[in-house]
This record gives sequence, C-alpha cells and structure tokens, in this order.
Amino acid sequence: MLLNASGCLDALTAPEVARSLDAFVTKTITPEPRGGNAPVRIAETKSGMLNSIGLANPGREGFLVETLPQLRELGVPIWVSVGGFSADDYAETCAVLKDVTIELNLSCPNVDDAAGTSAEIVAACREATTLPLFAKLSPSVWDLAEQAREVEAAGADGLSLVNTLRGLALDERTLRPQLAAGTGGYSGPALKPVALAAVYACSRAVDLPIVGMGGVRTGLDALELIAAGASAVALGTILFSDPASVARIRTELATEAAARGFGHHLDAHRAAHSSLQMSGSRSGNSRQEKAANGAKSTA
Amino acid sequence: MRRQRLRVAGAEPVGPYTLLRLGRSDLDAGVPGQFFMLEAPGRVLPRPMSVCLATPAELGFLIDPVGPGTRALCQLNPGETLHVLGPLGNGFDLDVARPVLVGGGIGVAPLPYLSERLGGPPALLGFRSEWHAEAAALVPNAEVCVEPVYVTDLLPGGSVDVLACGPEPMLDALRALVPDAQLAWEAPMACGYGACYGCVVEVDGELKRLCVEGPVLQGALRGDLAAQSN
Repeated sequence: MLLNASGCLDALTAPEVARSLDAFVTKTITPEPRGGNAPVRIAETKSGMLNSIGLANPGREGFLVETLPQLRELGVPIWVSVGGFSADDYAETCAVLKDVTIELNLSCPNVDDAAGTSAEIVAACREATTLPLFAKLSPSVWDLAEQAREVEAAGADGLSLVNTLRGLALDERTLRPQLAAGTGGYSGPALKPVALAAVYACSRAVDLPIVGMGGVRTGLDALELIAAGASAVALGTILFSDPASVARIRTELATEAAARGFGHHLDAHRAAHSSLQMSGSRSGNSRQEKAANGAKSTA
Repeated sequence: MRRQRLRVAGAEPVGPYTLLRLGRSDLDAGVPGQFFMLEAPGRVLPRPMSVCLATPAELGFLIDPVGPGTRALCQLNPGETLHVLGPLGNGFDLDVARPVLVGGGIGVAPLPYLSERLGGPPALLGFRSEWHAEAAALVPNAEVCVEPVYVTDLLPGGSVDVLACGPEPMLDALRALVPDAQLAWEAPMACGYGACYGCVVEVDGELKRLCVEGPVLQGALRGDLAAQSN
C-alpha cells in the first residue's frame, strides 16, 4: 500500500492525487495554529531538497472543525500526523480523534522545542486513545533499533521510518544559509539508503508493521523498502515533482515484484533478511504475516 | 492540472535569456500569468515558469539561466523531451478597461502572451542593461528604459489598469503608486500545486501559498516576513 509522507501533499488542493493513495497522511497537527517559518523555506540540493516549513497547520480545533470533515469526503482512509511540544500536547490531540490512524511526529527537524522522549510521548498517547498509533522516528539517533524497542514497549502499533535529516545549504555567492531558518529537513533521493538502513534495523528489532519512506522515486525503490522490512511505503519529495507518480510507482512495484518471482509485492517483505541467521522465535514468516495484517487493519 | 511530456521545438537566446519553445500537443495554455512546472534535467525539483508565448502549435517559456535548474533548461536541444505540469495558479484578470503592462527584467516573461490576449496594449519595460533589453522585442507596443531610469518614471498619469511582473522592489514601488495593480510575484517552489508549503508569502497579514493564491495578486499586501524578523 502507498501513502504520502506527512507534509508532502495537501489533499484539499490536489484531491485526485490523494484519491490515488491507499491512505492520506495529513500535515502535522499541533494544539495551536501555526503559521510556520518565515520564507525562504525550501532549497534544492544536488541529490535532494531541504525544507523548513515549521509545522504550519490550522491547529487542533481548526483541523477538527474545518479540515477533517472535508478530508473525510475524499473517501480515502485518513492518517493524522500529530505533533506538539509536550507529551500532553500529543495525548490531548489523540484523545479527540476518531476513525483515523494516528502518526506521532516525534522527529520534526524544524522545531527546536524538545517534547520529551519518544517513549514518554507514545505512552501518554497510548493512555489517551485506542486508535492505531504509528511512531515516526528520526534516523538521526545512534541506536534507532533501541528507540524502536522503547516505543514498541510504550504501546506503539507501528513505525513510520524515516523523517528527514537535518541539513544545511549555503548560497554559493554569499555563503549564507539559503533557508531563512538556517537548517532544514533533508529529503529526496539521497535519503533512500538511510531509510533502508533504518527499516532494516528496526524490522529486526521489533514486531511492528513499518511504513517505509525516504527517497522513493520508483517501484523498485518501494520494493527495496519492503524487502528491508516495510509493509507499506510512503512517497514524499517525488510528489512535488510528479503528482502522477503514485499510479506509476504502483504499477512499477507490481512489475518489479513479479520480475523477481513474487506473486504479490508483499511476498518480498523482509527478503533482504532471508540470508541472515534469524534468532529466537522470530521467524520471518510469522512476522511477515503480522506486518501485513497490521498494515491492513490500520488502513 | 495535467502532467505531460512535451518535445523541445527550439531554444533561442534573447539577450541573456533563452526562449524555450515546446511542442504544445493538446495542452491548455491557461490564462496569462499562470505557470507550468518544467522538469529540469538532472535536478530533483521542477522549476516554475510562466507562459511567455502560446501559439496553436507551441508553448514558449522565457528563462533566465540563474542556477543549475534554469541553466539545464536553457541547454535543452530540439527533439529532447521534458515533463511539464500545468497550467497552475491564478493568472491576470483580463477584464480591464485601460490596461498598461509593466515588466522588469525576466519579469517580462508573461507579458508577450498577456499582450496578445489584450490586443497589444501599451507596455513599459525596464532592464538593467541594453543586452537584457533585447527581450523587449517580444512585447509589442513597448516603451523601454534601462537603469538608472525605472518603469515607475514612465508610468502615465490618470486612471490605468496596471498588470505587472518583475523584481520585488519594482512591484513594491508600483503598488505604492497604483494600489489596485495586478502584480505577478515570484517565490521558490518545489511543487507548484499547493503540496509543499514552500512558496508562502505574506498576504493580508497571513502566510499563504503563492502557487495557490497567486502568483498574480491584486490589491493584496505582500510583506517580507524574512526582512521583518531580522
């Protein structure tokens, strides 16, 4: 199944693109409205792009009253990306959501205020809701697998891997930052090996379905993430350059899977791990089924 | 909004700029002031370009090679293909009684198509050098000035409908003189269709996406938040 990465599509200005997805993921919603960062907010680099949007969003009330009812009319399952500046911020938003999957944005690189540890936030949200909770983690940590185990123990139902990396682009002439905010989140093709490594490591560490994302441009990119351990794939930067890419990648994914002898692309799930000695009771097959079922039940 | 692969019909220099002509297929050219996202060969993101010329067979885009993406576009050869997405955004309101077109530098880009649709109204074009001013040949009925003379020095008195595109200082100066002028603004864009929130500008005190609200804005206050926060 294909989703958009949070913040990479406005379903209300491009409903036909949203409808081509298996689920639509909203921009991150914070308790209060945010205008976001001052421009300049984006900069292209040789192998990707930087953004410093800064969690621009209508706030919890505005989202619930204005945005969400319109999103429901699209007829696409909705994932709400939830953000905040304390565990309570996250939990209070989770508590008022219904009939959606929740993705906890635990890793926005464009907001400085620390919100607590990922596990604390997940635990608070777990108390607040029975809805499926996906934890979106940053790859910028020394031991991502350990963080994955912590959020699993805290009650997460799945992982979204990965968010952008913090990056900096300088103006060639002035040698000053191109973005008004200085640094931004780095995304695009350069992120793919980082995403693959994160999915691969977390897939071995936890028994949770994983939405893989980072630099996906083709069906083969998506298949690689599935082979690394993802059971769903999200598209980010590619949507900016090609809003029609969802249908193309879906077709390519089936073709690339078939070319490798897989009847369904999810049959390639964890194929990258198959030559490894699996330890303990975690056999590849049982996790594959669980991951696939988990993804289905949430979207 | 359609994404389509078009074939390069030609790419000719116009002063320092390049007029990139693409076989139009059956693509809607849109309203003057609207833009297309042009795939920039070898780059991650496409580039927003307003329609400069629209004939039954071709769409023309006037491009200033200021960075790697625009340079790659200017170096395209006839027969090569590229994806374009559009038409996007809001163009000029053509229901005007006494139109005067005003352009500065590469801001002349949307004016040839606009002039054609308005029946060749008077145009005032400003450039930084005689070389840049070669682009004035694309706009009929144009009065041309070169720095240190500015287009605002040439603006006629009385009630006119100003439709303008150019650098921010020029648009700010025009807005001060003609508050209801239709002004086509520019901002870096990743997507051009409202997805990235990268192209926000301050409109009436709020940050809004230029690709969705503009790029042509009329009578709106467009402040520079970056400047204010420094």
